[in-house]
Amino acid sequence: MQKIYNRIEEIKGNVVTVRADGIKYGELAEITSAHGKSLAEVILLYEDKVSLQVFAGGRGVSTGDEVRFLSRPMMVSFSDNLLGRIFNGRGNPRDNGPELTENLIEIGGPSVNPAKRIIPRNMIRTGIPMIDVFNSLVESQKLPIFSISGEPYNELLARIAMQAEVDLIILGGCGLKYDDYLFFKERLEQGGSLSRAIFFVHTASDPVVECLMVPDICLAVAEKFALKGKKVLVLISDMTNFSDAMKEIAITMDQVPSNRGYPGDLYSKLAARYEKAVDFEGQGSITILAVTTMPGDDVTHPVPDNTGYITEGQFYLRNGRIEPFGSLSRLKQLVNGKTRDDHRPLMDGMIKLYASFKETLDKKSMGFRMSDWDEKLLKYGELFEKELMALSVNIPLEKALDKGWEILAACFTPEETGMRTGLTDQYWPKQ
Amino acid sequence: MATTGRVVGVNGNLVTVEFDGNVLLNEVAYVILDEKRLKSEVIRIKGNRAEMQVFEIIKGVGVGDSVEFTGNLLSVVVGPGLLGQIFDGLQNPLPQLAEKCGFFLDRGVYLDPISNETRWIFSPAAKTGDIVVRGQTLGSVPEGIFEHKIMVPFDLYGTYKVRSIVSKGEYNVKQQIAELEDENGDLIPVSMIFQWPVKKAINVYKERMKPVEPLVTQIRIIDTLFPVAAGGTYCIPGPFGAGKTVLQQLTSRYADVDIVIIAACGERAGEVVDTLKEFPELTDPRTGKSLMERTVIICNTSSMPVAAREASVYTGVTIAEYYRQMGLKVLLLADSTSRWAQAMREMSGRLEEIPGEEAFPAYLESVIAAFYERAGIVKNIDGSIGSVTIGGTVSPAGGNFEEPVTQATLKVVGAFHGLSRERSDARRYPAIHPLESWSKYSGSVNVEKAEYARQVLFRSEEVSQMMKVVGEEGTSIDDFINYLKGEFLDSVYLQQNAFDQVDASTTKDRQKYVFDKLLLILLAELKLTHKDEARSYFNQMRQKFLDWNGSHIDSDEFKKGETEIMDMLASKSMESVEEINEKLNSLV
Ligand SMILES: Nc1ncnc2c1ncn2[C@@H]1O[C@H](COP(=O)(O)OP(=O)(O)OP(=O)(O)O)[C@@H](O)[C@H]1O
Ligand SMILES: [Mg+2]
Repeated sequence: MQKIYNRIEEIKGNVVTVRADGIKYGELAEITSAHGKSLAEVILLYEDKVSLQVFAGGRGVSTGDEVRFLSRPMMVSFSDNLLGRIFNGRGNPRDNGPELTENLIEIGGPSVNPAKRIIPRNMIRTGIPMIDVFNSLVESQKLPIFSISGEPYNELLARIAMQAEVDLIILGGCGLKYDDYLFFKERLEQGGSLSRAIFFVHTASDPVVECLMVPDICLAVAEKFALKGKKVLVLISDMTNFSDAMKEIAITMDQVPSNRGYPGDLYSKLAARYEKAVDFEGQGSITILAVTTMPGDDVTHPVPDNTGYITEGQFYLRNGRIEPFGSLSRLKQLVNGKTRDDHRPLMDGMIKLYASFKETLDKKSMGFRMSDWDEKLLKYGELFEKELMALSVNIPLEKALDKGWEILAACFTPEETGMRTGLTDQYWPKQ
Repeated sequence: MATTGRVVGVNGNLVTVEFDGNVLLNEVAYVILDEKRLKSEVIRIKGNRAEMQVFEIIKGVGVGDSVEFTGNLLSVVVGPGLLGQIFDGLQNPLPQLAEKCGFFLDRGVYLDPISNETRWIFSPAAKTGDIVVRGQTLGSVPEGIFEHKIMVPFDLYGTYKVRSIVSKGEYNVKQQIAELEDENGDLIPVSMIFQWPVKKAINVYKERMKPVEPLVTQIRIIDTLFPVAAGGTYCIPGPFGAGKTVLQQLTSRYADVDIVIIAACGERAGEVVDTLKEFPELTDPRTGKSLMERTVIICNTSSMPVAAREASVYTGVTIAEYYRQMGLKVLLLADSTSRWAQAMREMSGRLEEIPGEEAFPAYLESVIAAFYERAGIVKNIDGSIGSVTIGGTVSPAGGNFEEPVTQATLKVVGAFHGLSRERSDARRYPAIHPLESWSKYSGSVNVEKAEYARQVLFRSEEVSQMMKVVGEEGTSIDDFINYLKGEFLDSVYLQQNAFDQVDASTTKDRQKYVFDKLLLILLAELKLTHKDEARSYFNQMRQKFLDWNGSHIDSDEFKKGETEIMDMLASKSMESVEEINEKLNSLV
């Protein structure tokens, strides 16, 4: 039984209000206007007044348009048929494939019982030394990539997507530029990874409300695959657009903003998504990597700030590389003790020396005289940046560790590295 | 007849209900959604309409759905069997819930917080005919390492006569263990458990005392410079990643208290898992039992419903107060109080209250003050002394302490452990800022000695600032040595390696001992003429001290370390060690 109404009483921004009975919170409706059909979701009930946010936006909606309630919340089809497919933010095909309607699942489901969680234990190798060696990515981790526009964060995501040792990649686009969408598609096609990928892409030209659905759809699908034993990597670009979409709706709904216009529940809303990252014991897992662009390169901006309080570390992408300072994988110590026994000391030792290199750079820029030691550091810094830090470097962890020793040996004597003698004896490259 | 009502509005998890009959503010009600009952709390009443916050996901609720009011305030169940448990913010036991529902938190499922399966060995203390009042002991059961007192329920005001009490034996918590007769001659059955409303402080004590006795956390910078007192309060504000949670995890392990209540309030679930999985494996050095046996975890992490997050800190503090009644030293750790404040802000926004700064409600300050007020050291009616100490983390937006939650908290707490981004970036853990933090309590280390150390840090910082302008070249050797002394104090004493078996915790006695030795070095006039010489001297001294920190106090290594340090001091000191010792003694 579907309820149909023909009188919209109020249209404000992307929110419309009708009078209707028996409607449930979170229920979907379909609005048919001269420009076509759009889904809408119930976001407020008061007596017989029902407010809905219209996915395609309020523009072009007329008071006489038909509102048909669907008696169900937002759902998405889930099956293996999703693989290799590309959808928009509503879950409709963006490729030329068929519409999927079988096995609908709800999105935004309940959270995992903390008592059922386990301590993460597996590393996800990416072939990027700045991740694998210095800030290992861990299965079921949630990590943002803090960056600014112009940085190659989408390239980075695409590379991780192609190289990460996972079963399945779900890419969520929130306000993605059309070119970037095409870029992702091409890269995954070329890399032969498209068949194990699913795209839910909202582009910058699509209606804003649809952006709000993307993380939930991605994560609902990811959760089902994870429960079927798959290791899923969810990549989202860009959560700042998602947050801005929430801001827009909140302002339309006359909510009092808490900080720079963002609603007071920004933290909870972001956390509800990021906390979907999980390792289901005996089943699969969800790992989340999400781009968060920082307006004005300001990490104290509400979106990166709230994100930092939620995620398990962050990667800073700056000047085309993952910064060793500021970047942090809070879970790395769970996995980097089991790789090679030089992994941890090499990681610490190289970062300490790199910090000294930065100090030397400062001194140099202030015109101080460079000592022999300074010269060594300068050489070291340059080699480190070129041979390990550059995003173009693509080598497995073990190779990266060997490379680290080579760089050290090219610049220093073993004693100068501050590393234990036992280690340098074992790993110092022989001439 | 219980009051009933029907939903007339839904705005997020705020539901407006039209009711007939009487409704109590903060009363619990259930929204009936098919077979599910969604727990809610009345937060505002206007005429025949009540506004309620729903503690569950609200999806699917509609206008016309029926509502049942319970007549009871939001409460927790107290009694034997709380220790070692993991609850959500509304005291739902999470492991049992997992057994029932699997991976996910199904809404509307509420289990007994204290299982009725366990049998407890009850030993009566009261006799038939005794006159008793609330809080008085009727008997006790052993709970882990504690003698758990079974008391007259705290909501039985007035005097009662014990009409009957069971003899020593095994009973379930719901079984009647005594019957009390009130002043009207009515009989009241009493079991080992009862309920207490979470938002009401338990005040069944003779007197509240001033917190003076230090609560040793075994974290040096805290115990020595910014001590916490048993029954006192403190807060840990800091930007993300500065080490708030790690600091609380360390405290929950090593603090010298009987019971720890961890309220994981709106933060990451993964962090609770660390504690959940590790505590059963770790032994409490004081008791030799697993740490879990002295711990209760209240876990309402960030993706769990927001309204229940607001309740979770109250659930935690109520359980803490309950154990205080038994003369125990309880520590409540809340991470993070900002999430709790945000939950209030969300609800206030939905209620369309006039917003204050950053949209927090105007009553934010008084609510925070009232929460910390529930800490305290008290003399119970049986003369025993119990305490509740509260330590809360604060997560200020942008890491800026000039924000409403940090400011409101700083007004009421007794100690402030402010974490700084610079220190955590430099991996100087714990990242408590030694110059900005403060404490109103006195610690186990002598105040004058601690003050001297603070002066050293202060001078060192001054020189460090100056050096940024004039460079090392323009700094005198004396200033430079002062600078190095501050850095030395910081790296060997204030910083503490959380991952080193020995260094992770330092007992009170060891702190006193080591601190005295350290002060000798700080007090000494050193024969160092060149900066390179001074730097290398302090580098070596630091290495020796760090090794010393890593050695067991009763090992030969410890003795050897001390000798080496003292020899090294003597080698460059202008005075003899005896003379410096005199300087040290004249400090106090
Ligand atoms: N005492 C310490 N010793 C060593 N490492 C530490 C210490 N404290 C913090 N860290 C490092 O910093 C990371 C972040 O610490 P923590 O999770 O306690 O931060 P937080 O202040 O609680 O952050 P958030 O506000 O995001 O929850 C840890 O994962 C660890 O790597
Ligand atoms: Mg934390």
